[in-house]
Amino acid sequence: MSDFAVEMRNVTKAFGDVVAVDNVSMAIKQKEFFAMLGPSGCGKTTSLRMIAGFEHPTGGEVLIDGKDVGSTPAFQRNVNTVFQSYALFPHMTVEQNVSFGLEMKRVPANDIKQRVGQALDLVRLPQLAKRFPKQMSGGQQQRVALARALVNRPKVLLLDEPLGALDAKLRKEMQIELKTLQREVGITFIFVTHDQEEALTMSDRIAVFSKGKVLQVGTPLEIYERPNCRFVADFIGETNFLDGKVSAINGEFATVVVAGDKPFVGRVNGDVRVGADATISVRPEKMQLLEKQPAAPNAYEVRVHSIGYVGSDTRVIVELGTARLDVWEQNSVSTLDPNYFFRAGEPAWMTFKPENALVLAN
Amino acid sequence: MASDSSVILLGERAEVKPRRKDQRPSARVGRFALVTITLATFVFLYAPIIILVIFSFNDARSGATWQGFTLEWYQRMFSNPRILDAAWRSLVIAVLSTIGAVAIGTLLALAMERYRFRGQGIWDALFYMPVIIPEIVAGISLLLFFAATGIERGLFTLVVSHVAFSMPFVFLTVRARLADFDLTVEEAAQDLGANEWTTFWRVTVPLLMPGIISGALLAFTLSIDDFVISFFVNGKGWTTLPIYIWTSIKRGITPEINAISAVLLLFSIVLVIVSQLIQRREK
Amino acid sequence: MIQQIRERKSLQILGLMFPGAFWLIVFFAIPLLWVLVISFLSRDDLGFPAQPFTLDNYGTLVRDIKFNPSITFDGGLEIRLFDGLYLDLLWRSLWISFVTTIITLLIAFPVALFMARLPKRWRTIMLFLVMIPFWTNFLVRTYALLFMFRGNGPINVVLNGLGVPPLDILFTPTAVTIGLVYGNLPFMILPLYTSLEKFDWTMLEAASDLGANTFRSFFRVMLPLVGPGLLAGSILTFVPAVGSYITVELMGGGKINMIGRSIAAQFSDAANWPFGSAMSMVLMVIVTIAAVLYFRAGRGERAAV
Repeated sequence: MSDFAVEMRNVTKAFGDVVAVDNVSMAIKQKEFFAMLGPSGCGKTTSLRMIAGFEHPTGGEVLIDGKDVGSTPAFQRNVNTVFQSYALFPHMTVEQNVSFGLEMKRVPANDIKQRVGQALDLVRLPQLAKRFPKQMSGGQQQRVALARALVNRPKVLLLDEPLGALDAKLRKEMQIELKTLQREVGITFIFVTHDQEEALTMSDRIAVFSKGKVLQVGTPLEIYERPNCRFVADFIGETNFLDGKVSAINGEFATVVVAGDKPFVGRVNGDVRVGADATISVRPEKMQLLEKQPAAPNAYEVRVHSIGYVGSDTRVIVELGTARLDVWEQNSVSTLDPNYFFRAGEPAWMTFKPENALVLAN
Repeated sequence: MASDSSVILLGERAEVKPRRKDQRPSARVGRFALVTITLATFVFLYAPIIILVIFSFNDARSGATWQGFTLEWYQRMFSNPRILDAAWRSLVIAVLSTIGAVAIGTLLALAMERYRFRGQGIWDALFYMPVIIPEIVAGISLLLFFAATGIERGLFTLVVSHVAFSMPFVFLTVRARLADFDLTVEEAAQDLGANEWTTFWRVTVPLLMPGIISGALLAFTLSIDDFVISFFVNGKGWTTLPIYIWTSIKRGITPEINAISAVLLLFSIVLVIVSQLIQRREK
Repeated sequence: MIQQIRERKSLQILGLMFPGAFWLIVFFAIPLLWVLVISFLSRDDLGFPAQPFTLDNYGTLVRDIKFNPSITFDGGLEIRLFDGLYLDLLWRSLWISFVTTIITLLIAFPVALFMARLPKRWRTIMLFLVMIPFWTNFLVRTYALLFMFRGNGPINVVLNGLGVPPLDILFTPTAVTIGLVYGNLPFMILPLYTSLEKFDWTMLEAASDLGANTFRSFFRVMLPLVGPGLLAGSILTFVPAVGSYITVELMGGGKINMIGRSIAAQFSDAANWPFGSAMSMVLMVIVTIAAVLYFRAGRGERAAV
C-alpha cells in the first residue's frame, strides 16, 4: 500500500477553452482528513470529480493508492462519494439505498443484511431502514448518504460540500460527527468546501484553490499563520495588508517601507528581495491599540474610525494615513465602563510584533 | 433597527395582504361577472355531454322528449356485432400503437435530452410537425402515400399512422420529465459501482416511469379517439369505433349512438382520472 | 481512448434517434412532400393523379379574384373583402376561424382570470374540470352539441314548452362557429390560465398606486405581459379551426363549406386528388405561418417573465 491514498500529479482539466484545473499536484496521505478549499469556480469540485471518476484529466495523472487510474470510469473505482444534494434514490427505501453498492459488488445477501445494519448503526439511523428519502429531514438524508458510501468500505471517501444544506446548529454537530466517524472508520476523507471556518476546524490538512491552481497545502495552523500569498492570507480569516517596497532584509525579517515613509518589519515568507514591491500582512487579533506611544517596533499613530462591539471582542477600524486597518482585541476584562473603549475620531497608537506579521512577495 | 411591518425582513416572507380596495362596489360587480361567466362556460361545456348521457337512457326512438328510462339502447349496443367488432378493433389498434409510440418516443426523448449533437435544433422543429399539421392534411397525405407505394390499407396502415401522430406527444411528455431529472442520482449509482446499462435500468427508467405512463395514456387516448386520420387510412373490414359512429350519424341519428357515445365518454373520463392519480402520486 | 468514447456516443445517439426519425420522415415528411408533388399533377377520369404536370390546380384557387367588399348575414355575419371562385372558400374558412377565435377569447379570458385568482386547492380542481372535455372524444363531444341543437333536440323541446319559437340554427355558419368555439374552448383557457397564473398581481397595485385607473392598468400593464399567452392561445384555437373537418361536417351538415371539408370531398365524391392536394398545401402554408408566430410568441413570453 502506498503512503498516499490519493495523488494528483500535474493534473490539468480543460473544458474547451476553459481551464478548470491548471497543473495541480498534491499528495493526500492515508487516513487523512483532507480539505479542498476555495471560492466557487476555483476547480476544487472538478478535482474531486476527477478522483471519483466522473471527469478525466486532459493532462497529468490521478493515482489512487499508488496506481494510476487513467480513464477508468467511476463505477470501477474503489472510491465513494457523498454528493452535495445527497442524491439518494427516491424510488428506493433507505435499506435499498444503502445496500445498492453491495449489490453491485455481488456481495451475498446475508452479508448485505449484516453490513447494511452495521452502516446504519454507524450513522445512528437503524430505525429508518424502511423509510423513503422524501420522508426524512435533510440531516437524516445526509447520514443515509454517508452510510450508503461507507458500507462499501472504500479506500477513500469523497464529500462534496457535505454540510452546505444544513442549518448552522446542525452543521456544527455534523462537523464533530464527521470527524469522529472518520477516526472510527479509519479511512481517508477528502472533502470540498468553500467555508474556511469548516476547513480549519475539521481537517488535518487543507489545499487552498484559486482559479484552477493550488496555492498552498498545509495544516490549518500553517495555512492560517503562514499564508504564502496574498490570496490565501485574504481568503482565510481576516487580514490587514500594507503595501510598500522592501528596504532591507535581516535574516528572517524584512523591512517594508509603506506609503513612502513608514517602515514596518515582518517575517519573510516567500521570495522577497530588496527594492521589490511587497506586502505586510498582519491579522487583526495580532495588533494592539494603545493610548500612548509604546516603545515597540511597528508603532504608529492612527485615528480611530469606528468601534464595533461584538461582545467577546472589540473590533476597531483605524486610519493610518489613507489606509484602513482592523484591530481586534479580546474583551478580557469584564467592565461596564464605557470609557474603557476608544471613541471614534480619537487618536491612538497601534503596534504589532514583527514575528506576528508576514512579508509577502507581490 | 425598529421593526417595521412593511419592510420585508431578511429570511421572512411578508404576507401581501389584499387591500381594502377589493371590497369596493365596482370590484364586487367585477367579481360577480367573472363568477357568472365562468359558471355559464362550464355549463356550456358540460351540458351537451350530460344531456347526451341522460338521453341515452331515454325510451324514445327519436326526439328529445323524455319518455321513460330504459336500457334498451345499451342492450342493443352490446349485442350488435358490428359495434363490438369496431370497439375491439379500436382497442387492438390503440394497444399496438401505444406500445410503438411509447418505445419510439422514449428513445427519442433520451436522444434529444441527454446528448448534444449537431442539427438538434432542426430535429426539434421537425418533431413539432405532427402536432401542427391539420388532421385532414395528415390523413390525405398518408392516403396518397399508401396509394403510391401500393401498401394495402388495413391494420398495418392504421397502426403505423396512429404511432406516427401519437409518438410526438409521448416524446414531449417524457422529454419534459427528463428535463427535470436529477442527474446526480445517476452519478451516485455509478459511484456505487453500477455501469451505464445497470444505471439505466435500475435508476433512470424507474424514475422516468410516471412520465412514460402519462405518455402512454395520452397515446392510447389519442388513438382510441382518432377519427379523421383513421377515416382516410383504414381499409376494408377495419372500421374503428369512431368511424362507425360517424357513419351512423350520417345515416341518421339513432339512440344507439347516444349509448355508444356515453360509454366512450365514461371511458375517457376514467382514463383522465387514472392519469391524474398517477401524477398526484408522484408529488 | 477519447476517440473511442466519441464513436460509441455517436452510435448510441444514432440508435436512439433512428426509429423516431425514420417514422417521422417516412410517415410525415415524405407523404407531405408527396402531396406537394401531386398538387402539380392533373387528374384522370377517375380523379386520380395523372401526367402531365400543371399549375392548373393552383390557378383554379386564385381564379376570378375581384375586390368586392360586402357584409352579409346569412345564418351568420360575414364581412368580406375579396371574391373569387375558391377564394370564397378560403375566405370563409379564415373568417369563421377568426370569429371563433375572438369569441373563444372573450369567453376564455374571464374564465382563466377567475381560475388564476382562486386559492391553490380550487385551482387544481378547476383545471381538472377543464381538462376533462379536452380528453374526451372530439367526435362524441361535437355530436353531443349537434344533438342539443337539432330541430327536435333538447333545446327546442324546452323552448317549445316555454312557447318560444324553435331555434333553427343548425347547418348555418353560426352553428359551425358555435361548434368550433365549443371544441376549442379548453385550448384557449389553458394557455391563458398558465399566463395569468404567472402574472404578478402586485403590479396592478403598483400601477394603481402610481395613478392608473382600472382601464389603463389593464391595457398598459396586464395586457402586454399576458399578451404572449393570449397570442399562443389564439393561434392554438385559430389553426385547428381553419382545418376543421368534423365540426364543419356535423354542425354545417354539408351545407357550409370550409377548406377542411372541401379537401376531404376531393378525395371522395368530388374525386380530384391533385386539386385536393393543392388545397392542402395552401392550408399547410397558413398553418406554418401560424406556427412560426406561435413560437415567436412563446419566446416573447419567456422574455416578459
